[in-house]
Amino acid sequence: MPNLNLDIILIAVATASACALPGVFLVLRRMTLMSDAISHAILPGIVLAFFLTHSLSSPLLILAAGATGVLTVVFVELLQKTKLVKEDAAIGLTFPALFSIGVILISKHASSVHLDIDAVLLGELAYAPLNRLKVFGYDIGPTSLYVMSGLLILNLIFIIIFYKELKLITFDTSLATTLGFTPAIIHYGLMTLVSMTTVGAFDAVGSILVVALIAGPPATAYLMTDSLPRMLILSVVIGCVNAVIGYMIAYVLDVSIAGLIATVTLLVFAFIFILVPNRGLLAIARRHIRQKWEFAQTMLVIHLFNHEGLPEAHTESEIAHLHEHLQWEPTFASQVVKYALNNRYVSQKAAQLTLTDRGRTIAQKALVQ
Amino acid sequence: MQALNSKAIEVTDLTVAYQETPVLWDIDLDVPPGVLLAIVGPNGAGKTTLIKAILGLVRPAAGNVLIYNKPYVTQRRIVGYVPQRGSVDWDFPTNVLDVVMMGRYGALGWIKRPKKRDRELALHALEKVGMENYTTRQISQLSGGQQQRIFLARALVQDATIYLMDEPFQGVDATTERAIVSLLQELRENGKTVVVVHHDLQTVTDYFDWVTLLNIRRIASGPVEDTFTTENLRETYGGRIAFIKNR
Repeated sequence: MPNLNLDIILIAVATASACALPGVFLVLRRMTLMSDAISHAILPGIVLAFFLTHSLSSPLLILAAGATGVLTVVFVELLQKTKLVKEDAAIGLTFPALFSIGVILISKHASSVHLDIDAVLLGELAYAPLNRLKVFGYDIGPTSLYVMSGLLILNLIFIIIFYKELKLITFDTSLATTLGFTPAIIHYGLMTLVSMTTVGAFDAVGSILVVALIAGPPATAYLMTDSLPRMLILSVVIGCVNAVIGYMIAYVLDVSIAGLIATVTLLVFAFIFILVPNRGLLAIARRHIRQKWEFAQTMLVIHLFNHEGLPEAHTESEIAHLHEHLQWEPTFASQVVKYALNNRYVSQKAAQLTLTDRGRTIAQKALVQ
Repeated sequence: MQALNSKAIEVTDLTVAYQETPVLWDIDLDVPPGVLLAIVGPNGAGKTTLIKAILGLVRPAAGNVLIYNKPYVTQRRIVGYVPQRGSVDWDFPTNVLDVVMMGRYGALGWIKRPKKRDRELALHALEKVGMENYTTRQISQLSGGQQQRIFLARALVQDATIYLMDEPFQGVDATTERAIVSLLQELRENGKTVVVVHHDLQTVTDYFDWVTLLNIRRIASGPVEDTFTTENLRETYGGRIAFIKNR
């Protein structure tokens, strides 16, 4: 099979894109945990549909999973509405309950069905192209490529048609209600799509790693842009890049493709998290360091300003004794002096520091505030 | 029936309860058109709940709300809502103009996209609140006062007849507060009815012409000069009031 690799790449890219699109709204609505719940809780739906159809690629499977996914959301919300259980606990109670039903069903009928828990949990992208879609006896490509492309198109159409409504209920549900929209329609529509996409992605990545595809790229894109359309596009691009890179590394190392795609997803997130300009960790750290020096410099300048022209000015501005007056570490004090000299806030005459005009203005400004 | 027709908002026997705890007990409230009304009361008095019940955002245990003699659901279009600033996530990836445009979504209805005209209306509303230079600003970079102005602009583009506002002065500086007050007064001059959940008793007489005193029950409601009395205030705040009425 010469084009097997291309098939895998195409399936991975279609899966990543299909997951990233609804993922953007889950991340913005702080519901990624719900996608984790859905991805587990739909197991009984899949198993029951599998018993009926004896096929893992039947469209009925996706519909059954979609229904179970929405049921999960409904259960979680009902539990939450009692006010006896908080949202995280409600999620933590609901999905293991449904998931365990699925596990029991599988183990009870394990001998008669070819559905094993490992495949559901972890998926195996390498085998995905083996299941071919045949039309009139002709092989037209891997089934899961068609399934994922179909789901991708469905998600895309939903987001394009209801973009305005999705944005509105995500940002301000109350306003949506008072403007005459029904947030529940969009909410459950989105949850249905998430459920269906999740089961479609089972083949490729399984029920645990699918969450990485749903949450990872949008969370990464969220750090990179302030515009919702750009966040949607970036999420898809990042998802695809992660999938391709993950597959290539897995191919070279000969390990689980899904595992590597998820790893790459998290590494790319970490990379952006640290390096993204303005709000990345590095930028924040750099800002903190600069603020520390600026503040110390302002203290120095104000110190000099306060004693300027007074009898004690001579001793107070002696470089060698500055650290005693300001109660600083000697090394820190000399670094601050160097910093202020570099910025030309002070100038050095023999062993004495004097304020420059610039430094005097800064001191006056700081004191006025 | 002339008297009946002259009510912008008519709340009758409204009770709202969370679990078994009543938050609002049997509220009757008539708001005549064209007034600027403050709802005041201590924390937990049910001020926000009253507004939300009028808007159908919380389901009452009993009672009825009419907007110009018709149920609220048929009158949504003429009622604008300014929620508390803290009710949304200001880190949402969008800009000022986009948020204001959301006020037009009701008039657009499902699926239809905003047009050039909606954009113009949004820009006009931004001018009204003095934020026309911030159209492309990320909403996460706004100060509290600016956020509040954006919310007001978003309500203005709805071109409603009645406005319900939940603490529009909360956490804004003095300049913004003055700007908002003159905007509210302008709305009233144009015949709009404006209902505001308000916190600062000192400014009630300066800003508003009607007042509703609320503490789970409706204590009093009417023109400020008749209603905003020390006696009514004491009843509302349970004698714990340290407030000297300005003359």
